[in-house]
Amino acid sequence: MAGLTNRRGIRWWRGAVALAAGLYFLVPLACSVLFTVDVPGRGFTLGAYTGILSASGFTSSLLLTLELAAATIVLVLGLLVPALLAARLGAPRLRPLLEVVCSLPLVVPSVALVAGYSGVLRWGPQYLSRTPLFETFVAVQNADFPVVLVLAYSVMALPLAYRALDAGMRAVDVRTLMEAARSCGASPVRAVFQAVLPNLRGALMNASFLTLALVLGEYTVGALLGFRPFAVWIVGIGGSQAQLSVAVSVLSLLLTWALLLVFAAASRPRTRTPRRARAKAAPALVPQESAT
Amino acid sequence: MTVEFRALHKSFGATKALDGLDLTARQGELLALLGPSGCGKTTALRMLAGFERPDSGQVLVDGEDISDIPAHRRDAGMVFQSYSLFPHLTAADNVAFGLRMRKVGAAERRARAAELLELVGLPQHADRYPHQMSGGQQQRVALARALALRPKVLLLDEPLSALDAKVRVQLREEIRRLQQELAITTVFVTHDQEEALSTADRVAVMRDGRLEQCASPAELYDSPSTPFVAEFVGTMNRLPGLATGDGSVEVLGQRLPVRGDAATSGTVDVLVRPEAVDAAADEQGSARVTATAFHGAVTRLTVALADGTTVKADIPSHRARGLVAGAAATVTLPERPVLVEARAA
Ligand SMILES: Nc1ncnc2c1ncn2[C@@H]1O[C@H](COP(=O)(O)OP(=O)(O)O)[C@@H](O)[C@H]1O
Ligand SMILES: [Mg+2]
Repeated sequence: MAGLTNRRGIRWWRGAVALAAGLYFLVPLACSVLFTVDVPGRGFTLGAYTGILSASGFTSSLLLTLELAAATIVLVLGLLVPALLAARLGAPRLRPLLEVVCSLPLVVPSVALVAGYSGVLRWGPQYLSRTPLFETFVAVQNADFPVVLVLAYSVMALPLAYRALDAGMRAVDVRTLMEAARSCGASPVRAVFQAVLPNLRGALMNASFLTLALVLGEYTVGALLGFRPFAVWIVGIGGSQAQLSVAVSVLSLLLTWALLLVFAAASRPRTRTPRRARAKAAPALVPQESAT
Repeated sequence: MTVEFRALHKSFGATKALDGLDLTARQGELLALLGPSGCGKTTALRMLAGFERPDSGQVLVDGEDISDIPAHRRDAGMVFQSYSLFPHLTAADNVAFGLRMRKVGAAERRARAAELLELVGLPQHADRYPHQMSGGQQQRVALARALALRPKVLLLDEPLSALDAKVRVQLREEIRRLQQELAITTVFVTHDQEEALSTADRVAVMRDGRLEQCASPAELYDSPSTPFVAEFVGTMNRLPGLATGDGSVEVLGQRLPVRGDAATSGTVDVLVRPEAVDAAADEQGSARVTATAFHGAVTRLTVALADGTTVKADIPSHRARGLVAGAAATVTLPERPVLVEARAA
């Protein structure tokens, strides 16, 4: 009886905490939505939202940000996955080093990072004006696709992506999977692609999503280097119209959630189990256990 | 196909995993590598599989050095100690993985996978994922996967150690049956002496990276060549004795010939198996029975000698009736050569 009351007590507490947390997030959100649709003097209107879509720069800045995000994800995963696998399979003693390097960006504020970048970008062309590297400096800062932002974002995303990938690799026995594949006749490269990476799907998706979320919300570097990704555009437009700026925040929040859902759906392991086998699996498992 | 380890050395930092291992597995036999944990069994097996390179020495397959052949081109199927099925593939796809690597067509892959799952007794589990199977089922699938490419040699690294006792016994019998049916040269690593003795054609006992003795289970049990083997395989009594240095030893008031190193002299431990020890009820006897355990045909007595040494003796149960706990008894040994080991000071 005591246990029952106890459990009911726990459940009550859980509800209370969930409610408090929900209120903490939902009330400001609801107020924001209300603020954007209930304009004093004009009543209910969706004008703020339709205004966004027609505001100049919305599509181009959002597209730019998504492109930057995609490039950043490719770069970060392309660097980290081979490095982490190599450390795990070949040189376990390098793992702490890798962890420290990947955590360094956490202690460098993005303002400091950007100060460094702009210093280099200003200094470089002067000294390199007669070399082919000069062209590189120009290309890197092309406003249509500022590669320098990809580089900066990649550094900033390292700690997040590292943690996500490391957690994923802890959950599977990478070395045994690798060796099992090798003993089945797979070359090292095929073993990685056919036996290891498919089992790191969730981790890869997590790392990608964290990177995407970071790029979507990044303001400092983009603004200080003088580019116009989505976050910079939001701030710019918000200064002129209060309703519009809040509407943009709400919209970008919804956008992030939508992308999160897409990633979550994609990272769920594809179960190709036929319905027939799945229905059989559950009840059969217990007696089979002792039968083996 | 024969496999030969020749003077293998391997160190991991300060740890000597293999220290001059010499061993040969003959065509079609099941060779068990037996030894305490950390003696280098896995390292030896991984060298054969191509996952580890020897510091010195050679691994020969059919007389040819395979040191330079990468793991995926060695014809060796392997079953690992930990569950090693690919979690993202069904049982059938796991079994067919190697065939896919060899670019075998889909229809043939499916047929061969079904045939192999049949062989290991899991034909109805083809569509299950590893997490939907018990440990024993997973190891069976792993066995099927290892056999899929018709390897020349099968490597088993403690494949049963994660399973519970009943499944373990069943599966080891099945491994033996399959191995004999396919006549495939097999190296079976285990630290369980019963498992090794009951399944293998020959057992190689390892200690500290070296071969201690390699012999048939019966020979290993009846005439272990070293005290280490004697103690590791089966149960062994240690009785205090006095070696005279001329090839005999005094123990329990008897004088028995010494087997092996006859030059030993001074106080020694005499090693005898429980079934070689005889005990009889005797009012004048200085030994006391302290415990009895009935095992059907035999009864195992635990007897304390006058000097406090504990001896285990297996007596036919019909002769053990008078020997209850607390009874006085005399303990004797048969007139046969015994193994001795100098007492550690
Ligand atoms: N990759 C490795 N790195 C460092 N030490 C190792 C490695 N592999 C094995 N060892 C050491 O080598 C010795 C033998 O190991 P192993 O062959 O796994 O023994 P067994 O399989 O007989 O238990 C052990 O002391 C082990 O700690
Ligand atoms: Mg081992």
